[in-house]
Amino acid sequence: MAELTRTIKYEADRVKGFGRELMSVPGCEDLQSCIQCGTCSGVCPLSIYMDYSPRQVMALTRSDFKNEVLRSHTIWLCASCYACTVECPRQIRITDIMYELKQRAIHEGIYVKNFPIPVLAKEFYTMSRKYGRITENILAAFMFLKTDWLAAIGMWKLGLGLFRRGRFSLWFHAIKRKDELNRMLATVDNLSIDELKDERKKASKAT
Amino acid sequence: MKYSYFPGCSLKGTGRAYEESLLPVFQALGVELEELDDWNCCGATAYMAVDEVKACVMASRNLAIAEKAGHPELIAPCSACYLVLNKTKHYLQESPAVQKVIQAALKEGKLTYSGNVPVRHPLDVLVNNIGLAEIKKRVKHPLKGLKVAPYYGCQMVRPYATFDDQYNPTTMDRLLEALGCTMVNYPLKTRCCGGSLTGTLPEPGLLCSYILLKEAIKRGADVIATVCPLCQFNLDGYHDKIEAKWESVRIPTVFFSQLMGLAFGLSEKELGLHRGFIPMKPLLAPAVA
Repeated sequence: MAELTRTIKYEADRVKGFGRELMSVPGCEDLQSCIQCGTCSGVCPLSIYMDYSPRQVMALTRSDFKNEVLRSHTIWLCASCYACTVECPRQIRITDIMYELKQRAIHEGIYVKNFPIPVLAKEFYTMSRKYGRITENILAAFMFLKTDWLAAIGMWKLGLGLFRRGRFSLWFHAIKRKDELNRMLATVDNLSIDELKDERKKASKAT
Repeated sequence: MKYSYFPGCSLKGTGRAYEESLLPVFQALGVELEELDDWNCCGATAYMAVDEVKACVMASRNLAIAEKAGHPELIAPCSACYLVLNKTKHYLQESPAVQKVIQAALKEGKLTYSGNVPVRHPLDVLVNNIGLAEIKKRVKHPLKGLKVAPYYGCQMVRPYATFDDQYNPTTMDRLLEALGCTMVNYPLKTRCCGGSLTGTLPEPGLLCSYILLKEAIKRGADVIATVCPLCQFNLDGYHDKIEAKWESVRIPTVFFSQLMGLAFGLSEKELGLHRGFIPMKPLLAPAVA
């Protein structure tokens, strides 16, 4: 039997407080003032492939439809070109909101399965944490191995081409003072989110 | 004159031709670029998707090292690095919460950063500090007759247009004109190349690159000049796949600094021109003669 999906969202689908919480993050505050004009969807070079348009993602986020936005393809199709951000008549930092939604999807592990982009982001994060630098071709290899190793076979020609042109690195690039960087990043891990939030509230009151 | 220089990972990897051409060009102009000591990944696009605060901490370590190096300004040629370093500076000014985290992290690394050291793009420094007159003086082989599509990409002008017009940047146009090139009208100069999507989701990513390549050919360009290692990679490395999906749009894409080097009389090998998938050589031969 064909699988039927409801096309209308119900009140019960909302995760109360999600929108407000997101709008308390530095850089995402202006979402409140979205007028749903759709300029973001119009200028986005990738909206033609999205399940929800950027305008819809803004509306859904503000209205607490957490599961819908975090599971959407849209946040992962955003290539961070910032066209929407500079065109938005309300100066909403749409690209930064997309970043925030990506972070939450990864954090909660509810992104679309087998979608290579979040895997690339996580591998990027792990590699730069471990070595301090990125070795692009090794990063790409890791991503393909973890998502679709058949696709890796389709990339052999590109890899060989890079190798022949001396654009291929055979081993990891790394920094010398890894300890220094690790200590710095550990500070962020040890910081409680509540502590940050209090600071945020004070900051918005002050301005 | 001396600047601190932040290469970023791409300029040591797939985009090494950018560094190979940029350093001798600055040297020819009597400007020294000193590589930041033990720099780390800037915290670019993909990292931001996992943890934006940590991305800013990564960037802040580089900013602190630059401040310690003592040169008045930092040059970041990769558009993604350029944006993340500048974005971190903005966050430091705007958000006390982010500032608090970054300062705590820097303290842990026994580093300090007081907010000095502007982050500059090499195009900006070349045209606005060194000047076109000085550049013209070094031109030995004017690139007469070479028709160039100037492609700036996204992150140099968005979201912060620091030194050029956000919608119609012209710094590279003026620079390449000074070398003798003919600039073709290229309205897609700031359209997205697809970024990292070309590798992750071929259909949407490659379509972005295909549109840019096709338009450059339609406008009569011999070559596309770019300022970003990822743009160069996308427009240069995927021709086989683009051809299999749509049609052949073979046009070389080079860094603006490679064209500068050619005009300054440096060899193709020195400038890393042999690293391109679509060679520029047959095009250039009649142009130089």
